Amino acid sequence: MKLPSTNPRTLFEKVWNCHIVAEQNNAPAILYIDLHLIHEVTSPQAFTDLRKRGLKVRRPDLTMATMDHCTPTTGTTIQEMIDLVGQAQINQLIKNCDDFGIELFKLGSPNNGIIHIVAPERGFTQPGMTIVCGDSHTSTHGAFGALAFGIGTSEVGHVLASQCLLQKKPKTMEVRIDGSLSAGVSAKDIILALIAKIGTGGGTGHVIEYTGSLVKKFSMEERMTICNMTIEGGARSGMITPDETTYEYLAGKDRVPKGSKWEAALEKWKALPTDENAHYDSRIVFETDDLAPMITYGTNPGMGMKITERVPEPEKIADLEERQTMEKALAYMDIRPGMKLLDHPIDVVFIGSCTNSRISDLRQAAVVMKDRKVAKGLRVLVVPGSQEIKRKAEAEGLDKIFRNAGAEWREAGCSMCLAMNGDHLEPGQYAVSTSNRNFEGRQGKGGRTFLTSPLTAAATAVHGKITDVRTML
Amino acid sequence: MKTFTTITSICVPIMRKNIDTDQIIPARYLKAIDKDSVADGLFAEWRYNPDGTINKDFILNQPEYENAQILLAGDNFGCGSSREHAPWAITGWGIKAVISTSFADIFKNNALKNGLLPITVDEDVLRFLFDLTEKAPSTEITINLESQSVTLPGGTSFSFEIDQFSKKCLLTGVDQIGYILSFEDQINQFEQYRGTITCN
Repeated sequence: MKLPSTNPRTLFEKVWNCHIVAEQNNAPAILYIDLHLIHEVTSPQAFTDLRKRGLKVRRPDLTMATMDHCTPTTGTTIQEMIDLVGQAQINQLIKNCDDFGIELFKLGSPNNGIIHIVAPERGFTQPGMTIVCGDSHTSTHGAFGALAFGIGTSEVGHVLASQCLLQKKPKTMEVRIDGSLSAGVSAKDIILALIAKIGTGGGTGHVIEYTGSLVKKFSMEERMTICNMTIEGGARSGMITPDETTYEYLAGKDRVPKGSKWEAALEKWKALPTDENAHYDSRIVFETDDLAPMITYGTNPGMGMKITERVPEPEKIADLEERQTMEKALAYMDIRPGMKLLDHPIDVVFIGSCTNSRISDLRQAAVVMKDRKVAKGLRVLVVPGSQEIKRKAEAEGLDKIFRNAGAEWREAGCSMCLAMNGDHLEPGQYAVSTSNRNFEGRQGKGGRTFLTSPLTAAATAVHGKITDVRTML
Repeated sequence: MKTFTTITSICVPIMRKNIDTDQIIPARYLKAIDKDSVADGLFAEWRYNPDGTINKDFILNQPEYENAQILLAGDNFGCGSSREHAPWAITGWGIKAVISTSFADIFKNNALKNGLLPITVDEDVLRFLFDLTEKAPSTEITINLESQSVTLPGGTSFSFEIDQFSKKCLLTGVDQIGYILSFEDQINQFEQYRGTITCN
């Protein structure tokens, strides 16, 4: 069945329109959700509400859970966790999934890992779907041409009970990424540069669609990195039109239709791309030719610059609030206005997170670290995003490269991205991290984070100070 | 759902842009499986010293702000993670409305589901309120949701926008799960043809 088509539509509008269950005047739309992803941190209170009301999970078959935020990376059993409160949260997720019949990739399962890694990897994530999770980095799944966004715990409850959400239609923004990428520059640098340009609130109220010649050339993993950090620019979703790269990635995955059903799915997916002359509420063109490896200097992901640049000077900022925000950020980071970050000493390097823990990220880091040693006194954690990635990396010998260099090779999980599981910075420590947020205390109370690509992180790991990877290639 | 009608209170100003949800409540406070205990973590990095004692310099710890119900904050309040623990912590402390020039989308949604009113104002209004509370911290202002107005002592007032559905939910405490489930027939119908739709 095809919806009657009228004006040219964007990818977002197509997905939005065909998921509307009901729409009433002066009320948000009731949007059907195709895939509901769950983890231990943002779901327990939703299940409590469900039980209180005597409600069931409407579609456990469209719901999937992993445990990732609190889980240890030093082993794959709950007993590994010294934190009893975290353990209780994990056990609660097991009980909730058991009671309501939801598939759960438990700790120790061969398919456990970070939810935004596991869902695409197993083929749960597919083009044209609506996907939600109580997690802002749900935007990752937009890389497949899905409308995917983070929700709060109340909304997790709404979806559990009804498979629907109340949603106000967002605006659309096209971000066209054109140009080439020079050696040492990666998808992570593009998204950091874009957020530095539009600011952490630049995409508020919008769904971003990434288009352009470079996006077309990107692998699915690069597309996921871009969509993943879209939320750091304030937009809840980033979307990329599905194409041959997408289909090639999906073909044969566990949950992807097979045989004639695959052909039927393909036909539907091929109707998704934005129509010619479709309208976006706003448009940005982003040229990558002059791009360099990026690094953040402050306490939000918008405070980023080229790795060779100097830290901005707050006194040059006219707006009082803006200036004070910058002063506080630099004071927290204990860095001086006008200084270069190159050669700044580092205590910890973290390679992981739903942004950059996929096999291509690990391969890039391994290329830099091969036959080299981690700088003395530096702690380097390499945390694959899933057990499958871990197996793949080990089959390729990447674990040996990291271990031989002196890095710690860990089990899958969110780990030091948000420091809930015992992997954390000590107060005052500096980290170069491939994760997505450099907020105060994000990686541990008093810890200071510089966000970079896996290439830059690996180069920094070798030298123990912030390093331009281009000098090592 | 918690309701909101009208409040009169002093304001607690945190003049900083991009206050993210990790500042509102750090991740280590997210291990609770209930909602009640999360208020302890509100602005934990700022409220407590590294040794865990109370940071007396932080505004929320100053006795004159103890009963404040309105928070003034810089642009893009609530950016970052989707944690609903953020509005739980804010309301758990006693704040019922936040005034800023903009809010992150997910935070705003979460706030509205917890009786916390996010009020978006123009930059000059926010600046005026910051100045006012700096000069006269004991100034009480009144927020009236029905009339969508903020009134200052002396009667000056300004209006704010809110979508009609959110307004109704806050005023009357609409049960949103109940509201969605009232569309059960349409949901059933949608599920009948769901697998066959081409999104074109």
